[in-house]
Amino acid sequence: MSLAKPAMRGLLAKRLRFHLPIAFALSLCAAAAFKFAVSDPRKKAYADFYTQYDSTKEFNAMREAGIFESARPSGE
Amino acid sequence: MLYPHISCSSLSLPLSFLERAAVGDARMLATTAFRLVGKRALSTSICLRGAHGVAKVEDYSLPAYFDRRESPLPEIKFVQQLSAEQKSLKEKEKGSWAALSKEEKIELYRISFKESFAEMNQGSGEWKSVVAGIFFFVGLTGLVVLWQRKFVYGDVPNTFDPEYKQKEIQRMLDMRINPVQGFSAKWDYENNAWKK
Repeated sequence: MSLAKPAMRGLLAKRLRFHLPIAFALSLCAAAAFKFAVSDPRKKAYADFYTQYDSTKEFNAMREAGIFESARPSGE
Repeated sequence: MLYPHISCSSLSLPLSFLERAAVGDARMLATTAFRLVGKRALSTSICLRGAHGVAKVEDYSLPAYFDRRESPLPEIKFVQQLSAEQKSLKEKEKGSWAALSKEEKIELYRISFKESFAEMNQGSGEWKSVVAGIFFFVGLTGLVVLWQRKFVYGDVPNTFDPEYKQKEIQRMLDMRINPVQGFSAKWDYENNAWKK
């Protein structure tokens, strides 16, 4: 009836040695995934939109639709 | 003035200590604590305080036994009144422990403790009842909400009418709401239709 003496010290160190690399790896993966799935596509979408953007044309279209109070459609 | 003498008819060991002598006062409460190491005063013990009568010591004011993982050694043993075999076993315990058989050691353990750590830590099936109760009451609440929607609330405002909603959408498109990735980005302004 003689069991082995259980580990009395270094329990936290042992746990950290195992879990910290995993934690770091997972965090890095999460950040990378977010960058490639969300941030970069969003930046590209905005860049592409504004390379083709003609603000005067858009303004006139909005004006004709009648949404402005101070710039009424050209007919009025 | 006569110093009142307190005598108790309890099983007190010679080790009993911390008997606070009560100074002569008619309104003496049973606040005197008896700390008995290993044994506890019987619940039926009665303390005579001088000439003033008896004060019963209540169960809840005495040390209690409980199985807790965080305090592994309770203040009292589990079995208080030992049977004849248990008493003889306790006598045997005073000798060499190597002479005790395995069953005797377990019997000694069971005298001191009610449940082993494995027994006290085992889970129960209570969670199933809890989850069932949760589902039931959530469902009941859903029924209540449905009834409310039908019989308590009035009509929604006119802004929910389909024609009004259509005008809302047209105005949002005119204003170019979220033209990059959102609402207006999905509308084809050339063909006046939603993008395919």
